[in-house]
Amino acid sequence: MRGLSWKGAILLGLLMVPAVVVADTDGMSADERAEKLAEQQKKQTQTRTEGLSGEAASIVERLATDDWQAINDVVEELEALAAPETLPVLQALSDRRLYFDEQGRVLIEDPATGEYSDAITGETVEVASENLSQPTLTNAIRRGIRPLIGQLQLFSDDVATRRAGAEELADRPRPEMLGRLKELRAEESNPEVLRLLNIAIARLQLDASDSEERLEAVEVIADVRSARMKSELESLLETDAQGDPVEPDAAVREAARDAIEAIEERQSTARFLSDLVYGLSMGSVLLLAALGLAIIFGLMRVINMAHGELLMIGAYTTFIVQNLFALMAPQWFSFYLLAAIPAAFVVTALVGILMERGVIRFLYARPLETLLATWGISLILMQTTRVIFGAQNVRMASPEWFSGSVQLMQGVSLSTSRVGVIAFAFFVVALVWFVMNRTRLGLEVRAVMQNREMAAALGVSANRVDMWTFGAGAGVAGLGGVALSQIVNVGPELGQNYIVDSFMVVVLGGVGNILGSVFSALGLGVFSKFLEPVAGAVLAKILLFVAIIVFIQWRPQGIFALKGRAGDDD
Amino acid sequence: MLMRQPFVMRLARLHSGFGWAVLLLLTALALVVVPLLNQFVTPDSALYIPDWLVTLTGRFLCLALVALALDLIWGYTGILSLGHGAFFALGGYVMGMHLTHNRMETGTIPNFIQFLGRDDWPWFWVPFQSFWFTAVMVFLVPGALALVFGFFAFRSRVRGVYFAIITQALTFASMLFFYRTETGFGGNTGLTDFRELLGFSVREADTRLVLFMLSAVAVMLSYLLCRYIVTSKLGRVLVAIRDAESRVRFTGYNPLRYKLFVWTVSAMLCGLAGALYVPQTGVINPGEMAPANSIEMAVWVALGGRGTLVGALVGAGTVNGLKTWITAAYPDLWLFVLGGLFIAVTLFLPKGLMGLRQQMAGRSKQ
Amino acid sequence: MSMMDTLRELGKREEVFSFLQHAAPSPALDTRHGPILYVEGVTKSFDGFRALDDLTLYIDDGELRCLIGPNGAGKTTLMDVLTGKTRPDTGQAWFGQRLNLLELPEHVIAQSGIGRKFQKPTVFEQLTVFENLELAMHASRGLWTSLRWRLDGEQQDRIDEVLALISLTEQAHAPAGVLSHGQKQWLEIGSLLMQNPRLLLVDEPVAGMTGQESEKTAELLTSLAGKHSVVVVEHDMDFVRSIARTVSVLHQGSVLAEGSMDEIQSDARVREVYLGE
Ligand SMILES: Nc1ncnc2c1ncn2[C@@H]1O[C@H](COP(=O)(O)OP(=O)(O)OP(=O)(O)O)[C@@H](O)[C@H]1O
Ligand SMILES: [Mg+2]
Repeated sequence: MRGLSWKGAILLGLLMVPAVVVADTDGMSADERAEKLAEQQKKQTQTRTEGLSGEAASIVERLATDDWQAINDVVEELEALAAPETLPVLQALSDRRLYFDEQGRVLIEDPATGEYSDAITGETVEVASENLSQPTLTNAIRRGIRPLIGQLQLFSDDVATRRAGAEELADRPRPEMLGRLKELRAEESNPEVLRLLNIAIARLQLDASDSEERLEAVEVIADVRSARMKSELESLLETDAQGDPVEPDAAVREAARDAIEAIEERQSTARFLSDLVYGLSMGSVLLLAALGLAIIFGLMRVINMAHGELLMIGAYTTFIVQNLFALMAPQWFSFYLLAAIPAAFVVTALVGILMERGVIRFLYARPLETLLATWGISLILMQTTRVIFGAQNVRMASPEWFSGSVQLMQGVSLSTSRVGVIAFAFFVVALVWFVMNRTRLGLEVRAVMQNREMAAALGVSANRVDMWTFGAGAGVAGLGGVALSQIVNVGPELGQNYIVDSFMVVVLGGVGNILGSVFSALGLGVFSKFLEPVAGAVLAKILLFVAIIVFIQWRPQGIFALKGRAGDDD
Repeated sequence: MLMRQPFVMRLARLHSGFGWAVLLLLTALALVVVPLLNQFVTPDSALYIPDWLVTLTGRFLCLALVALALDLIWGYTGILSLGHGAFFALGGYVMGMHLTHNRMETGTIPNFIQFLGRDDWPWFWVPFQSFWFTAVMVFLVPGALALVFGFFAFRSRVRGVYFAIITQALTFASMLFFYRTETGFGGNTGLTDFRELLGFSVREADTRLVLFMLSAVAVMLSYLLCRYIVTSKLGRVLVAIRDAESRVRFTGYNPLRYKLFVWTVSAMLCGLAGALYVPQTGVINPGEMAPANSIEMAVWVALGGRGTLVGALVGAGTVNGLKTWITAAYPDLWLFVLGGLFIAVTLFLPKGLMGLRQQMAGRSKQ
Repeated sequence: MSMMDTLRELGKREEVFSFLQHAAPSPALDTRHGPILYVEGVTKSFDGFRALDDLTLYIDDGELRCLIGPNGAGKTTLMDVLTGKTRPDTGQAWFGQRLNLLELPEHVIAQSGIGRKFQKPTVFEQLTVFENLELAMHASRGLWTSLRWRLDGEQQDRIDEVLALISLTEQAHAPAGVLSHGQKQWLEIGSLLMQNPRLLLVDEPVAGMTGQESEKTAELLTSLAGKHSVVVVEHDMDFVRSIARTVSVLHQGSVLAEGSMDEIQSDARVREVYLGE
């Protein structure tokens, strides 16, 4: 991996990622993203040959040269040969991982391990890197290699590899490949690869002299509704210097117009859907951040300004669990997130219980004082974290199974972590619902919150219930922290960004109403996502605050009013 | 019935003779003694008051004014605002805009406006060239924001912690707004590099001394204004609102008007404080609107003692003094101290330092 | 000086809006045609539960009326409706002939002459007893006047009088928060007297009072009748008997029976409701 510059990695990575990726922008630096993409790409690159023989071997041998003309010949011959087993060699050549030593052996470097293997035999060789030289390449040669790689990848048994190849060809098809592409299309079974092949073929056929073929190409494009072909279609409709249409055949022009329309329709649906899904995912993050608050503030009416810090503690616990796994059980590393969930719950619940016993229980009748005291607690927690872990963000590595992306439909895909967060949010909501409505603890909590004296008279210890409720709310905040650790930077100030938003969610949803919080969080997420392109992110946020304040005018009880006499004056 | 009594007599009754004596003494200290010790005593003398101390005290006075304003609304009316930083900063920005005009040569505009692709002042910058316009806006801008915001919030009877939270959102949103370079207020650098005010260089020690004296006068006058308000029947209505708002309503008062009045006065005082503060620190940026700043203001009042104007002043002085000392001597420790203060005050000093004697007396009786 | 002018100017502005306030009770209040309070067909439900169900009630000017009824009958809710705290779903409520109580905010209703004593005594705990009475005193409720307000001798006397009446002269300068439950009841009644309303709504005035005190309250309320109209809600039947001329029985949100105490006691439906027969 180190052999790649990160820009190169992005380029390569982009080729591997299907269609348009709905950018997963927040909270991830360009470096992190590049790293992730390169990692995906690595999985589809063979780093050594399985041994070459015959003609292939004799051609590849000749790469051990400084003469670019000779190399150009070699590439042309490889192209004519079209032997899939030479793929690792070509990829290494394209990525500048191909070397030769003084004995004329052609060697491939494995980017992950840094080992070298002989291109002909496929065996690992020990060489000192100072004895190696690289074949000279021109940009023209490199440009020629890429479609060749794509073409060879199409012979692979692995769908992902085939898709990568088709992707390349759909972007830069070469006219002489047309015949072979058609053959491959007949055999292809994977719909995504098929789609890309169709695009490649259509792109070539658009230039055909026969108007029948051009019409067919336009129809194929209309069928697959590929956004990237839109400009080609548009150029068909243009007029040249004399005012004549570029495309002489009216039928083709008509078809092109229809195709453009179809594409645009698809694009706007895709945009809408991706905004919606992305908004939902933002909403889930908000929900996870606010759910603990919905319990503590909603049920106990305790204003916990240290709520953000509970999120932060959850995130740091995840960080610690991650490091423990890396240290003690690297083979299980990819499962650290699962272990972090209970760990974060327990740790933050303990912190919460400490807070409740130590400070908050003395302030129950005085909400404004609670607000100030918990703010003090938040400062102390934040500063403690800073002293222990430093003021910088800590490095989180998402497990592999959590770092890909999921395609929801053509043109709409979402990073796995975001999908995971949505799923996790619903899991946590379900959990909270279950505990509140189906367990003894939930029953006692509801009893105490509705009528302390009565509950006490029935033998429920209000004191103890307060403690557990607060602990549970804090624990849920910890779970939110686990989720946040996967999508935003983990640092001492992590919680500060969420405290205002979380309160908004709870107030908007109606205090004491967990279902209300769910709706308001998701609603806020979607709303701000749709507002953003119109108003810009910051203005959207400001507008949102204004909207909430206006909303409270209209419905002071929140979306879902609490029933009963609560809210009576003084 | 309304007695047509002379205003002066009403003023005289604001304090006992002793109170007035202390007030006069403090004023004399600020307006006569400090300038003398700063200007006419040699630096090696033990009595000498160095320039930095004058400026520091001047800044503290501005913060004390904020505490006074917050006490009016929180201590007396029971409405906790976590957004007073926004009003303070708005006053600061208004003054900062005027100072920015002053530092530019005629016909030139600051870089941050050039970056927006324009070559003249935006319309909302233009009138701040005038000092008098600025002086009025120092009150009007925060006052108008408070009036509009307060009207909607109070009308829908948003109270207690809900109100606290939406005021926090208010300052947070304002902060985001000012952070944007596009809005034309200098983005995250804010406004700085000030040169002169009314022809005097704001960097000169002499000007700073005058600013200090002005701040002292502002605090004293504001104190008297607040005192006037809280000792009037209006002040008793405020306390009544704090105790039982609905009862006030059923007695025939409209709490909305009363709340809106103190809320707006309080915001205006904050604006004044901000406007005096900025030339003394030489910078105003959106960081002043960070929610944390506004909450910190609450601890000044809480430590000193809510519902006592003197307490607010004492609290602001104590906390800021501590802050200046500790952030310099033990920077890592400050947040622990501040956090601890929040907890300790709420748990053990519900009436603040001013209530300490009373509290002690109560304890020894038991 | 200019500042004072501005203030005065603003003060005047308030007067421009005074038509909104119905501040002066007498001119707006038109009782020439009989009852001072009309309640007709008022219904209020909370989440489907009808606390008031098509309730109709008239109170004459100067009348003293007792409202009784089992817990949850809707007595307090009726007062909430009359004072603007709760808005009913349907129905009419007029104060005199001109003031539509369902359209006015709480403070305007109070200003126009309806005073209320709450079931749970509420006083301004941080203010002294004296200040409690001062705030309640019938006078302008305007913002700017309150800023320059001072008691004159006559008003001072009136407060002292009421203090003596409610036996709180000694506690006049103690914060109301330290009073006992019964004393708070008295203070609230005192505040009501200071307000000098045309119609008094008194919710459970003698809860927490000794027998002697409740006798005194009875005396006070009867003496008020005539000049003022009084509606008293009370569970204490002896108390009701001692003051009542007309009694209305509320049950499940509507008036079940109306008449003198004796008539009520012999009414079969009332017996059924109270005794579950
Ligand atoms: N704000 C409210 N929300 C929901 N239910 C209410 C509300 N106010 C009153 N109720 C219900 O309306 C019914 C009537 O209540 P109300 O207080 O008027 O009774 P009451 O006659 O005053 O009883 P009591 O003699 O116990 O004071 C009760 O069942 C009560 O629970
Ligand atoms: Mg009742």
